[in-house]
Amino acid sequence: MGKVTGFLEYQRLQEASESTDARKKHYREFVLHLSDEEAKIQGARCMDCGTPFCMSGCPVNNIIPDWNDLVYRGDWKLAIDTLHSTNNFPEFTGRVCPAPCEEACVLRINNDPVGIKSIEHAIIDRAWESGWVAPQPAAARTGKKVAVIGSGPAGLACAQQLARAGHAVTVYEKNDRIGGLLRYGIPDFKMEKWHIDRRIEQMQAEGVEFRTNHVIGAAPVGAGNRQARPVDAKKLLKDFDAVVLAGGAEVPRDLPVPGRDLDGVHFAMDFLPLQNRRVAGDKNVDDLWASGKHVVIIGGGDTGSDCVGTSNRHAASSITQFELLPMPPDPERNPEWPYWPTRLRTSSSHEEGAERDWSIATKAFVGEGGKVKALKAVKLDWTSGKPVEVPGSEFELPADLVLLAMGFVSPVASVLEVFGVEKDARGNVRADVEGASAYRTSVDKLFTAGDMRRGQSLVVWAIREGRQCARAVDEFLMGLSELPR
Amino acid sequence: MELPAQPGAQGLYDPRHEHDACGVGFVAHIKGKKSHGIVEQGLTVLRNLTHRGAVGWDPKLSDGSGLLIQIPDRFLREEMARQGVKLPPLGQYGVGMVFLPRDPASRQACEYEIERAVKDEGQVILGWRDVPVDNADLAEPAKKLEPVIRQIFIGRGRGVTVTDALERKLYIIRKSSGHAIQALRLAHGKEFYVPSMSARTLVYKGMLLAHQVGEYYLDLKDARVESALALVHQRFSTNTFPSWDLAHPFRMIAHNGEINTVRGNVNWIRARQGAISSPVLDEDLGKIWPLIYPGQSDSASFDNALELLVMGGYSVAHAMMMMIPEAWENHALMDPARRAFYEYHAAMMEPWDGPASIAFTDGRQIGATLDRNGLRPSRYIVTEDGLVIMGSECGCLPVPEEKIVKKWRLQPGKMFLVDLEKGRIVDDAELKDALSGARPYAEWIERIRVKLDEVESEKTAPLKSAVPLLDRQQAFAYTQEEVKFLMAPMSQNGEEPIGSMGNDSPLAVLSGKDKTLYHYFKQLFAQVTNPPIDPIREELVTSLVSFIGPKPNLLGIDEMNPPLRLEVSQPVLDFYEMEKIRHIERYTGGKFRALELDITYPVAWGRDAVEARLASLCAQAEDAVRAGASIIVISDRLVDRERVAIPALLALSAIHQHLVAKGLRTSAGLVVETGSAREVHHFALLGGYGAEAVHPYLALETLLAMHPGDPAAGSKAIKNFVKAVGKGLKKVMSKMGISTYMSYTGAQIFEAVGLARPLVDKYFTGTASNVGGIGLFEVAEEAIRIHCAAFDERDPVLREMLDAGGEYAWRVRGEEHMWTPDAIAKLQRATRSDSYSSYKEYAQIINDQSLRHMTLRGLFEFQRDKVRPVPIDEVEPAAEIVKRFSTGAMSLGSISTEAHTTLAVAMNRIGGKSNTGEGGEDRRRYAPVKAGETLRSRLGAGRVEKDIELRAGDVLKSKIKQVASGRFGVTAEYLASAEQIQIKMAQGAKPGEGGQLPGRKVSEYIAELRFSTPGVELISPPPHHDIYSIEDLAQLIHDLKNANPNASISVKLVSEVGVGTVAAGVSKAKADHVTISGYDGGTGASPWSSIKHAGTPWELGLAETQQTLVLNRLRGRIAVQVDGQLKTGRDVVIGAILGADEFGFATAPLVVSGCIMMRKCHLNTCPVGVATQDPALRRKFTGKPEYVVNYMFYVAEEARELMASLGIRKLDELIGRTDLLDMRKGIEHWKAKGLDFSRIFEMPKMPVQVAVHHSESQDHGLEKALDQRLIELAQPALERGEKVAIDMPIRNINRTVGTMLSHEIARRYGHEGLAEDTIQVRFAGSAGQSFGAFLARGVALSLVGDTNDYCGKGLSGGRISVQPSPKFRGEPADNIITGNVVLYGAIAGEAYFRGVAGERFAVRNSGATAVVEGVGDHGCEYMTGGTVAVLGSTGRNFAAGMSGGIAYVLDTDGDFARRCNPAMVDLEPILAETEQQARGGREFWHLGRTDEANVRALIEAHAKHTGSRRAQQILGQWAEYRARFVKVFPKEYRRALGELAAARKKEAA
Repeated sequence: MGKVTGFLEYQRLQEASESTDARKKHYREFVLHLSDEEAKIQGARCMDCGTPFCMSGCPVNNIIPDWNDLVYRGDWKLAIDTLHSTNNFPEFTGRVCPAPCEEACVLRINNDPVGIKSIEHAIIDRAWESGWVAPQPAAARTGKKVAVIGSGPAGLACAQQLARAGHAVTVYEKNDRIGGLLRYGIPDFKMEKWHIDRRIEQMQAEGVEFRTNHVIGAAPVGAGNRQARPVDAKKLLKDFDAVVLAGGAEVPRDLPVPGRDLDGVHFAMDFLPLQNRRVAGDKNVDDLWASGKHVVIIGGGDTGSDCVGTSNRHAASSITQFELLPMPPDPERNPEWPYWPTRLRTSSSHEEGAERDWSIATKAFVGEGGKVKALKAVKLDWTSGKPVEVPGSEFELPADLVLLAMGFVSPVASVLEVFGVEKDARGNVRADVEGASAYRTSVDKLFTAGDMRRGQSLVVWAIREGRQCARAVDEFLMGLSELPR
Repeated sequence: MELPAQPGAQGLYDPRHEHDACGVGFVAHIKGKKSHGIVEQGLTVLRNLTHRGAVGWDPKLSDGSGLLIQIPDRFLREEMARQGVKLPPLGQYGVGMVFLPRDPASRQACEYEIERAVKDEGQVILGWRDVPVDNADLAEPAKKLEPVIRQIFIGRGRGVTVTDALERKLYIIRKSSGHAIQALRLAHGKEFYVPSMSARTLVYKGMLLAHQVGEYYLDLKDARVESALALVHQRFSTNTFPSWDLAHPFRMIAHNGEINTVRGNVNWIRARQGAISSPVLDEDLGKIWPLIYPGQSDSASFDNALELLVMGGYSVAHAMMMMIPEAWENHALMDPARRAFYEYHAAMMEPWDGPASIAFTDGRQIGATLDRNGLRPSRYIVTEDGLVIMGSECGCLPVPEEKIVKKWRLQPGKMFLVDLEKGRIVDDAELKDALSGARPYAEWIERIRVKLDEVESEKTAPLKSAVPLLDRQQAFAYTQEEVKFLMAPMSQNGEEPIGSMGNDSPLAVLSGKDKTLYHYFKQLFAQVTNPPIDPIREELVTSLVSFIGPKPNLLGIDEMNPPLRLEVSQPVLDFYEMEKIRHIERYTGGKFRALELDITYPVAWGRDAVEARLASLCAQAEDAVRAGASIIVISDRLVDRERVAIPALLALSAIHQHLVAKGLRTSAGLVVETGSAREVHHFALLGGYGAEAVHPYLALETLLAMHPGDPAAGSKAIKNFVKAVGKGLKKVMSKMGISTYMSYTGAQIFEAVGLARPLVDKYFTGTASNVGGIGLFEVAEEAIRIHCAAFDERDPVLREMLDAGGEYAWRVRGEEHMWTPDAIAKLQRATRSDSYSSYKEYAQIINDQSLRHMTLRGLFEFQRDKVRPVPIDEVEPAAEIVKRFSTGAMSLGSISTEAHTTLAVAMNRIGGKSNTGEGGEDRRRYAPVKAGETLRSRLGAGRVEKDIELRAGDVLKSKIKQVASGRFGVTAEYLASAEQIQIKMAQGAKPGEGGQLPGRKVSEYIAELRFSTPGVELISPPPHHDIYSIEDLAQLIHDLKNANPNASISVKLVSEVGVGTVAAGVSKAKADHVTISGYDGGTGASPWSSIKHAGTPWELGLAETQQTLVLNRLRGRIAVQVDGQLKTGRDVVIGAILGADEFGFATAPLVVSGCIMMRKCHLNTCPVGVATQDPALRRKFTGKPEYVVNYMFYVAEEARELMASLGIRKLDELIGRTDLLDMRKGIEHWKAKGLDFSRIFEMPKMPVQVAVHHSESQDHGLEKALDQRLIELAQPALERGEKVAIDMPIRNINRTVGTMLSHEIARRYGHEGLAEDTIQVRFAGSAGQSFGAFLARGVALSLVGDTNDYCGKGLSGGRISVQPSPKFRGEPADNIITGNVVLYGAIAGEAYFRGVAGERFAVRNSGATAVVEGVGDHGCEYMTGGTVAVLGSTGRNFAAGMSGGIAYVLDTDGDFARRCNPAMVDLEPILAETEQQARGGREFWHLGRTDEANVRALIEAHAKHTGSRRAQQILGQWAEYRARFVKVFPKEYRRALGELAAARKKEAA
C-alpha cells in the first residue's frame, strides 16, 4: 500500500510539460510522463484505502490502489497487467481523461489528491516501451461472428474484449481511419494518433478485422466520409451472430440565431478534424483555418478548449470563448466529494491563451458579404437559477471565425432508423445496463454501447460501455461469460 | 399454563450450552477418624459458600448442591436391621443412591433393571431403603422434578473377595442397568439417576439450596451418620433449568470451573472405544459403553472418564494427573522423571482443559487439583487436631486461629491429597514423585518416542505438480488480496496481519462469490463462564506439540510394549516433513505406515459424486487402519484440470468422524495435505475437526514463488509463515481457554453458519448450525464452480492473475460490503446538510438486500398481512426512541479526543449514552458546560487540535464507563461518575483476545487518563483476571454496584452459539443490562482472522438471548442491548423484534464524523482525524455533535415510520414480536435458498405475565452490606473530614467491604479523597472476596485474619494492611494470607500483607504500593506502574508483560531469575544508596529515589502496619539482605524514563 505515511510526506506532482510558447508551434503532445522515481513517490502517496472511492469514481473501476502500490514497489509489469485488467486503453485515458478518480480520492477531502492519472500515464507508456503490450489472442475460437459498428473508444473496447473471448469480430467505420472521436475529435497535441495505430495492430493480431469507409444505411452524413460504401443493416444482422452499435453521438447542438447561415460559422467538428487530417499527412484537406482571425468559440467544454488550442496553433489574432452558464467556483477541495463537482476547469489550451467569459448568450451573428464579421451577445443573470438577460449588457464582438462547441445532441438518426431500434427521449438507443437485457436494443441480436446509448460522454465511459457490452454479447452468444466487466 | 420445568431444545435455546461453576469444598480427618461432626462441618462449609451459587427467577430455585460422605456403616446397618436386613461388614456391601421416577410403574421398571443387573453380575440384592426426606421447603419447580429417592444395598457374590473388586462390580451394575433403563425410553422415567453406587462413598444431593441439603435429607441430621470426609458443592448454573442429577458431587468429584475441551474429550473417549482393553475390567469393559451420553455436563463427563480410569486400575491421583496434567511442555524447572511421566501419558489422553478446581475422592483418599493456569481458587487449612478443610474460599468453616497449623492454597497444576488410610497428607511433590518414579517412564519415552525432526531422511524433494501454480491457486480460490494482505505479512513478520473497522461483507452463504467451505465456520470463544488465556504473556502453559499416529491403550496399565509415537513440535508440516511422513515406513523400519487417500475426483462426475466419494474414502480409511496403517494422509495434491478436490475440511471431518464412530480413530493419525489451507482460520478448522498435522503445500509453493531464484528467502518465508500460523493457532485456542493443540485437536470449537443441518449432523456431528443453508451437494457445487473457473482460460484477466479479492478492502465487483463508497458519501452528506431525504437514499442502499444479500436480517421481511398500520403521529416520538441509543465503546486512544468528545456531546444532547471505552476519562469532562466554553477552553489548548463549539448545558462525559480487562483509569471516582458501568467481556472485533496500545501511542494525555507513564506500552489481558467463571462475574457486578449503587451494571457479550445461556447467567449474576454484540461490529484493530471468523451475527445471538431469558423468566430484570453494524432504522426495528430494548452504534457515528472506512486505524494515519493521535491529522477532523444528533434522529424517524406501518405505537410493544417477521420470499440465490430462520423467529410460549422486555429490576442485596454500617459510622468523616475509628468483626460472607464507603468519598471528594487515615477500620476474621476494592484515599482498613480473592482490586488511594491473628501459630511468611488476583488494576494507595499471596499478585497495577511476603505464579503481570516488594519467594512467570513500575524481590533461594519471565524486564541488583548516587543516571530512578531508599521505606512501612517479624529481621540485617534483593526493571519503563528526561532537557533548553 504505497508508504503508510507517504501522503504526509510527499506532495502531488504535476506532469512536466513544454512551455506554452514552444508547444504552440507544433501539434505534438507536450506533456511528459512522470519519471520512474516521480511515479514511485506519487504512488507512495496512495493510502490504499479500505474503501477506495477512486475506484468507484472511475467509470472503468480501475483498481487504482493496487497499481499505485505496484508502482511504488517498482513492479511495473504487474502494474500494467492490473491496469489492463480493467482498462483496454490506458494510453488514451492516461492522456485525455478528466480523472473523476482524482475528484473521488480520499485525499481530495482535505489535501491534494494522488496524481492517479499521471501514474496511469507512466504505467502504460513504460509498458509500451518495455514491449509488455502484446496481442492476447483467444485460446480458442468460438465460431461466432460479431459486427461492431463504429471504431471509437466504445467500439474498440467492445471489439477487443469480444475478440479475446474467441469471437470473430469485424469493425465497421465510416471514416477512412479507425478511431472515431479519438482520431478526429481529439487534437494531436493532446493525443498523438500513433497510439491508436499501435492498438489497432494489437487488435488485428488478436483477430479483429477492420473495415473503414463503410457506412451503415444508404448515405454518408455529417462530417462523414464521402467515399464510404453503404452497408445493408439487415444483411449485417443476418451475416453476424450479433451486432453492436457503437457509433457515438455525433449530432452537434446548433445555435439557431440570426446569421447562423453566414460563412465562417462552423461546428467545432467541422473544424477540428481537418487539422488532424493535416497532421496525419492527408492532402486536399478543406481550407478552414483560424490563422489571423478573430475566433469566437461558443461553448465552454472540452471541445471548445480543443478549438482554443488548435486556433492558437493556427495563430489566430484573437480567441474568445463564451459559455452560457455562469462561471463555476474554483474551490481548493472538492465540495461534492466523492462525486464530480462543477468547478472551473482551466485546460492546457486555456493556459496557452484565450479570453473566456461566462453567462453569455449569443443573440446573432453579423455578417458582411455573407461572411461573419461580428457576434452580438448579451450577459445573463443566473441568480434566480434561470437565465435572465441583463438589461443594457448587449455587446458586439468582432468575429471572423465562430466555432460552435456546445455539445452533441444524439446519435445520427439514419443509422438507428435502418435498424429500426427504439430510442429514448433524448434520441439515444434505448438499452439497460444491468440485468438480462443489458446493452441489448429492442432489435434481436443488436446491442449498443457508448455515446450512442448514453449520450455524449467521456472516453473512459465509452471504454466501460464497450467492455460491459462485450460481456453482454458474450453471454448472449455463449450462455455465460467469463469476460471481466 | 402448565410448563415443563425442563424445556428441551427449542428455537435457538439448546440445553447443551449451559455452563456451571460454583463453590466447592471438603472437610476430612487426616487419620480417617469418622464422626458426625465432619458431616455437619461439611454442611456448614456449604452454607458459607451460598453466595457462590445462584438462584433463578424463584429465589428458592437453586442450581443444586450436595454432599459426598463415606458410607455411614453404623447408621445404615441399624436402619437396615430394622427392616430385618443384616448388612455384611463394611467394605463387603455397596450402597446405591438411586433417584427413581415418581410414576410407580416406571419406578418399578427401573428397580427391576437394577436388580436384574445385580443378578447378571453375580452379586446379591440385600434390600432397598426409602430415603426419608422433607420437601416442605423446596421451590415449586424443584418439587415438580423431585424423584423418589431410595438406596439399594448390594452384597458381594462369589469370586468377589476384595472391596476394589466389589467396587468394580458395582460400577458395571450401575453402567449396565443405566444403559438398560435408557433403552426403555420411559416417558415418565426422566427422574432416574444414580448419584452413587459404591462400597465406600454415598452422595446426597439435589436441586437444593446450600442450606437445604441438611434439611431435606433427614439422614444427615442423624448423629449416627458418620464420615471421615465430607465433600460439598454449591452450583451456579448459567440458566435456570437445573435438575436433580446435575447437582454435584458426582461419584468421584466435585468441580468448580469449566472443561473447555469437553466436546473433543468426549469424542476422543468414543474414538478410543475400539482400541481400549483392560487387564482389570477385562470383558466387563464392553458393558460400560457408551461411557458418556451426549448432552451430559462437562463435570459429569469428566467424572465418567475419571471413574473409568480408576476402575481400569489407575489410582485416583494417577488418573487425575492424566486428565489434568501440569503445564509440563515448557516447564524448564520440572523434574525430568515427572516430565517423562506426563509425556508418556500425553499420548494416552489429551488434557481436559479449562479452569478447574476439582476435589476428588474414592472414599479412601480425598484430594484436589487445579488446572494448569490456576484459574480457580482453592484454599485449605490444616488443624492441629487433624482436620483438613479445603474450599473455594478461606473462612468458609470458622476454626479458632490457635488450632490452625497451616494455611495454604492449591497452586496451578498442583495436587494435594489426604490419604485417610495412611493417615497423612501427601503433598504435590511427594505424590507426583512417587507416581513418576513407579515406572521407568523416561526410559520408555526414549524407546517409543520418535521426533519427526530427528527422523533421518533422504531429504526427498517434494513432488512437483505439473499443473501451473496459478491454476492451482485458483482451484483453491486464492485471491491477490489473500496473498498480499495475509500471506505476505505472515511470511515477512511471522505474525498475522491486523485490520480494523469490523466486517461488513456478507456471510459465505449469502455471498455471490464462490467461497471455500472454511468460510462457513465461525470460531467460538470463551466469555464469562470460562476465561480466555494469554498465549503470549502466559506462553508457558501453551503447547503446539502433536502426536501423529496410533495412541496407546488408555487402560494399558501393565503395558509392556506400548506403540511408538511420532511427535511434531507444531502441526504445520513443511515439504521435507511431509515427505518424511509419506515415506515414514522407510525411515522407521516399518514401524509406521502411511497411507495416502486421494480426495480429488473427476470433475466430470459432477456434484452428485461427492457423497459416494466420501463414503468410499471413509471405507478405505477404515480398512487401512484395520490393516495396520498408522497414518492416513488425506491429500488433494492430485488436483488438476480433470480432477476436482473435495474440500479438505469436509473429507477430513468425514473420515475423522467415521473412525471415531468405529472406535478406530486412536489407532491411526490423520494428516491433511491440502492446497486449500493458507490462513490461520483454515488451520484451526482442520485441527478442530481432527487433523494432527497439516501440510499446506500450495501456500508454501506460493511463498516460494514470491522469491523466485532466492531459495534462502523462500525458506525464510516458509519459516515465518509456519511461525505465524503457530502463533495464530495459539491465539485461536486460547480464545477458548484451551492451552494445548492436543486438546484442541478434534474439539470442534466452531459453529456453522449457512450449512444445512443434515450435512452438519452427518459430517460435522455435534457442531451447531442454526439457520440451515447449503447441503452436501451445494458444497460440492461451490467447489466445482471454483475449480472450473480456475481452469477456464476464457477470462483474459484470470488467465494471467488471481482474482483481486475484495474481502478485506472494498473492490468494485469484488466481495460486497455494506459500506460502499456511495453509502458512506450519502450518509455524510445527509447528516452534514441535514437532509432526511439523503439519509433515506443511504438507508435504501443498506436496507435493500433484495439483490445483494449481505446479512441475515437483509433476508427478513416484515409480515404486514395481519397488521393494521397506525398514523405516524401516534407512534412515540423520535426524541423518546433516541434515548435508547448509545455509541460504542471506543477509547480515547483508539479515536482522537475530538472524535471521542463529539460523540459524548451528541449523545448527551439527545439523552442517549456514549461510552468511555477502555481507558479512563478526563475528569475535566465531568462538570456541565457553561456558556462560552469550547472543547479547547475546557480540556486545555494542548489537548485539542480542532476545537469544537459547545452549548451551555452540554455534557462532555460519557454516561457509560467501561471496565475492561486492562482496568485503565478505573478509579472509585471514575466509577462514581457513571450512569452505567459496562463490563466488557468480549468485543465483536476480537472476542476472547486482549489488546495492546503501543508505547508510541501513549501520549502524555492518554497516560494521564490511564494512570500510566507516557511512552510505556499498555497491555489489556485477554481475560479479566477477576472473572474466570460465572460466579466471579457475579462478584465483579457486586463490586461495581458497591462502587456506584446508582449506576446500572452492564455486561457486554459477543454473539455465538450458547450466548443465550451465558446471558441468562449474567442476569442471574444480577447484571442490570446486557449487550449482545455481533461478530461483525467493532472498530478496533484486530487480527483479520478474528474480524472475519470469530463469533456470529447478532441476529442469532440476540434471538437466542431473548428466547433463553424469556424461557428462564429472567428477561424482565435485565435490559438487553444489541450492537454490531447497526446502521438504519430498519436495523433498529429488527433488533427490537428479536429482543433488544436498546441499540448501540459505533461505525455509523464515526462515518458521520468523517470516517471514510480507511481500515487503517491501527496505523495511526487516519487522514480525517478520527482514529489517530497524530496532531497534524487530528486538525483535519470535521465532525460535529450536530451531525451525530441528526443521524440518531434520522434512524429513529425511519424506525418510527416502520413501526407505524406495523401498527406499533411504542417501541416496548415491538420487543420480541417475531411474529412480525418472515423470511423474504423468492430468494433466487442458489446458496441462500436453503436458509431457514424459523429458529430465530421462534418465541417461547410462556404465560402472559412473563416479561418479554425490560420492566423489572435486580435485587443487589446492598442493604445487607457491612458498608451500610461503615457509612453510618463514618458520617463525621464524610461530612466534615473528621477522623473516625471503627472496629468490626468480619466473615467470608462479607464481601466487597469498604467499597460503598469509598463511593461516598469519591462522590464528594473525587479521586483526591480524604486526608490519609481519616477513616480507620480495624477488622478481625476472614474477609470475603474483594476486600477493600476501589478503596478511596483517606480510608485505612487493617485486618487481623486473612482475605480471599481480589483484595484491593482497583485500589484508589486507600490503605489495606493484613496480618495474621496473634493466636495463629504458623510462621506468617510460610502461610497464605490473601487470595488470588490481589490488587488487580490498582491505581493508587498502599497494601501490606504479612504472609503469602496467591497467584497473579498486583496484576495490572498502575500505581499502588504493595509489600507481601511471598506470591504465587504470574506476580506483577501486565503491571504498568507502582511499586511492589516481595519479601519471599515467587511463583513462576513473574513480571510477564510488565511494562512499568518496579518490583523488588527478595531472592531467598537464589533462583528468582528462573521464575521471572525475562521478555520485558531486566533484573538488577539493589545498590547501596551511596553507590547508586555515585553512578548517576538519576533520570532512571524510580520515584526519584534510590532503590535502597525505596525498599527500606517499603519494609519499614510494612513493619509498621503489620508488625511483620520478617520485615524487622530484614531491617535488622539490612546490609546482608540488601544484597539479596533483585530489582525488576521493565525495559519499556526504562526507555520511557529516558525519553521523558530527554524531553524535559529539551524543554529546559
